[in-house]
Amino acid sequence: MSGASAGLGDGRFGAFGGRYVPETLITALEELELAWNEARADPEFEAEVSACLRDFVGRPTAFTCAPRLSARAGGAMIWLKREDLAHTGAHKINNTVGQVLLARRMGKKRIIAETGAGQHGVATATACARYGLACEVYMGTEDARRQSLNVFRMKLLGAEVHEVDSGSRTLKDATNEAMRDWMGSVGETHYILGSVVGPHPFPTIVRELQSVIGVECRAQCLKVLGGLPDAVVACVGGGSNAAGIFAPFVTDATVRLIGVEAGGRGDQPGQHAAPLTFGTPGVLHGSLSYVLQDREGQTSNVHSCSAGLDYPGVGPEHAFWKDSGRVEYMVATDADALEAFQSLSRLEGIIPALETAHAISSAVLIAGAMPADQHVVVNCSGRGDKDVQEAMRLLEARDKNASKAGRVSPARE
Amino acid sequence: MPFVVAGHPALPQLGPILRGLERGGADAVEIGIPFSDPIADGPLIAAAMHDALELGVTVDGILSEVRTIRPSLEMPILAMVSISIVDRLGRTDFVASLASAGFDGLIVPDADLNVVAPLVEAAKSHDLAFSTLLAPDTARERAIVIASMAREFIYLLARKGLTGEHRDAPDLRDRIAEIREITDLPLAAGFGISTPEHVKSVVRDADAAIIGSALVRAINDAARSGDDLGDAAMDFISPMASAAHGEQGASGSGRVHID
Repeated sequence: MSGASAGLGDGRFGAFGGRYVPETLITALEELELAWNEARADPEFEAEVSACLRDFVGRPTAFTCAPRLSARAGGAMIWLKREDLAHTGAHKINNTVGQVLLARRMGKKRIIAETGAGQHGVATATACARYGLACEVYMGTEDARRQSLNVFRMKLLGAEVHEVDSGSRTLKDATNEAMRDWMGSVGETHYILGSVVGPHPFPTIVRELQSVIGVECRAQCLKVLGGLPDAVVACVGGGSNAAGIFAPFVTDATVRLIGVEAGGRGDQPGQHAAPLTFGTPGVLHGSLSYVLQDREGQTSNVHSCSAGLDYPGVGPEHAFWKDSGRVEYMVATDADALEAFQSLSRLEGIIPALETAHAISSAVLIAGAMPADQHVVVNCSGRGDKDVQEAMRLLEARDKNASKAGRVSPARE
Repeated sequence: MPFVVAGHPALPQLGPILRGLERGGADAVEIGIPFSDPIADGPLIAAAMHDALELGVTVDGILSEVRTIRPSLEMPILAMVSISIVDRLGRTDFVASLASAGFDGLIVPDADLNVVAPLVEAAKSHDLAFSTLLAPDTARERAIVIASMAREFIYLLARKGLTGEHRDAPDLRDRIAEIREITDLPLAAGFGISTPEHVKSVVRDADAAIIGSALVRAINDAARSGDDLGDAAMDFISPMASAAHGEQGASGSGRVHID
C-alpha cells in the first residue's frame, strides 16, 4: 500500500518521500526507523498504545449521522467521524501518544514539536504531561497571535513555548526551528512531527498512528451502513487526518477518497495553501512532495484562514495518491470554510475547527451531486472552540463587506 | 575557506567581499545561495539568507554576478546550495549554469544519497567538485558511500548541530583518522569554527577549515558601521589564513586543491 519502489530505498511513495536532510540527522532517523519497526512488532507496545487511546484519549470516537446537513446538501447522506470528540479536541492526540510512548521506549527524556494552529502542540504537551516528559513547542508568532488560547493551554500543561519570529512566522518556520533544535539535541531529544510530512520515517509513523481513525471508521461503516461508504472526505494541510482516515480505505476501489486543501482567497500565489492543486514537485522539510514554490525553488508564502492548513507543503504519500489517481484533491476557500463553520454549528450542533470546515464545505458539494441512497463520510478532524474568536473576527469582517458591497456594487460576490 | 551568503548585505557587494577574502589569503570560497528554509543553518546565516531573499536576490542574479566577477579572482569558488533549488532548476541545467558562470564546484547539504547519482554525474561531466556532508556520527559504510560520491574533496561537519559560533575548538583527530582510512580526498571541516585558534586546531588534522557564521557577523558589523566590506572581509580572514597556513606549513599537510 505504501507504494515504495525498488531501488530507491525505504520511505518512498512512488518517487515521493525520501530523506532530504543534513547528514547530522541521518543517524537519528535511522535509529528512529529501527525503534519504530521494533515497537510495532511488539504486542506490548501495541497494547500500551491501544490502552492509552481507549482510557485517556476516549477512543473509539463516535460515528455520527448528519441528517440536517445532508438535507441541505440535497443528495447522499453525510456521516461524521468524530475526531473532535477525542481528548484535546482533535485527531492530533492519536499521533502524539503513540510517539511519546515510542520516545519513552527509546529512552528519550525531552520532546520537541512544531505547531501551527496549536492543536499538535497541545496534543504533544498533553501526552508529555501524561507520561512525565519535558516538552518544548515551536510556534510561529503569527500563529501564536491567532491561537493565543492554545499557547496558554500548552503552558498550563507544563510545556515551554518558543515563539518563532523568522520567515513567515507560521508553521513552516516553526518546523524549521524544531528541526534545527533536533539537529543539536538529537541524543536525548525526540522530535514529534505533527503531520505526515518530513523525512522518512515520519510520514509512515504518523500515518500508521493516525490510521486508527480509518480502521475504526471502516468498521463503523460496515456495522452502521451495512457496507462501505461511497466517499470519504478530509481536509489536507500536511495531511495527517486525511492520511489516517484514507489509508484503511485505499484498497477499497469502490470508495472515492477526496482531500480538501485550503483555497484561501484565490488561486494566485500567496493567496492559498493548496500545493496538491497549485504546486509542483519539490523538496521541503526533508521530503520530496508537492510544494508551493517559485521558479527557483524558494518556498512561497501561503494564506489560509485556518492556521492548521497554512502550510506550503504536504505529505509525500498524498503526492503519490494524487499522481496515481487514487485520491482526488480539491480546494475550499476561506469563505467556503467560514460558511460551513456556521452551517455545521447551526444544523448539527457541532462547531468544527476551521480546518475541518473546509472538508465539510466540499462534502456538502460532493454529497449534493450523489444519489440519496449513497453515503459520504467526513473526517470531523477537530472541534472549533479554538477558532471561535478568529471566526467572530472573520464573520464580522465578511458581513461588513457584504453590506458595503450590497450598497455599492450588488453584482459583486 | 570562508563562506559568504550571496546577496548579503547586497548582491553588488559580492565582488568586493570575494576580492577582499582573496587578498586576505583565502584558499577558496564557498558562496551560499540563499534558500527560504535553510534548516542546517544557525540564526546568523539563516537571517542573512532571509534578508537577501527579501531584497529580491535570485539564483539567476547570483550566477550573472559571479560570471562578471569571476575574471578578477584566482581562487576556486564553490556553491553551497539546497537540493530544493537544484531540483527545481533541474539538476543538469543547474550544474551547467554553475559551470558556465565560473563556479568550480558545489556542496549540497541536504541531498538524499539514494537519488544523488544523477547530480554527481552532472558535476562530473562539467568537471566540478562535489560534496554532500559527512557528519561526526556517520557510520563507516555510509561514509564510504559519501566518499565515493564526492569529487575533489569532502565537507566534514566538525560538530553536531547547526552552523554557528562556538567557544571551543572541535577535536577532530580521531574522526579524521577514521575517515582517512576510507578516502584519500582532502577533508574540509566546517560548522562552528569561528576564531584563528579554532582554525589552527582544526587544520592540524583537516586539510581546510571553513568559516561561515563568524564571517557573516563580521560583514554584518562592517555594513552597520558603514565600513568598506572588502577591507573588512580581508581583515577578518587574514589571521584565519595565517593560522591555517602556518599550521599546515609546520605539519606539512597539504591544502585543499580544487580546480
